[in-house]
Amino acid sequence: MANSSVRKKEIAPGEMQVARQPVTAMSVLAPAIGWLIPGAGHLLQKRWIRGFLLMASIAIMFVLGLQMQGRVYKPNGGDILDILGFIGDIGAGSLYIVTRAMDWGQGAIAHATADYGTKFLIVAGLLNFISAADAYHIAIGKKP
Amino acid sequence: MSLSHFSAAVLFALFASIVFGITQRNTSRDQIRYGLYCFAMFVGGVFVAGWAMWILRH
Repeated sequence: MANSSVRKKEIAPGEMQVARQPVTAMSVLAPAIGWLIPGAGHLLQKRWIRGFLLMASIAIMFVLGLQMQGRVYKPNGGDILDILGFIGDIGAGSLYIVTRAMDWGQGAIAHATADYGTKFLIVAGLLNFISAADAYHIAIGKKP
Repeated sequence: MSLSHFSAAVLFALFASIVFGITQRNTSRDQIRYGLYCFAMFVGGVFVAGWAMWILRH
């Protein structure tokens, strides 16, 4: 049969085929800048509307969290939820750094609205992680 | 600033949906559609959870 003559590359057991992406300056810069300044990874790649929408959404969410007197987590090695809260917060990049430098935000939750604020702060950071990953995918050409 | 639970949930839904829409789909049309879908799911979830809690309480 004609099909039987087609040679296929055989993969040895345990061998994994990994599609390697070339490391370019943009593929490093875009996610890094995108993490530091929300939306900037997209702006750097001339995705203006997406960049400004991401920047506005994440920044407004973070500021609303602060306005609601949400708790700003500090680096800690204690309770697992506190550690996860810190990881979420630090996702906001420069917003978190400025907040800590200016000593904004609360150390403890005083009322119910402040609990919403804490969640706004954490989710703003987590959304920025997704945004930075998206900037990376654009940089390597995986996404238009 | 003091927001009601509902207004906080709607604002949360709005901003999260914008980011989800932009990051999870490729074309502009799909991004808008997915963003609207996420927003509807978030807000719909608020109503469903609200009614579920009301039923549990009564």
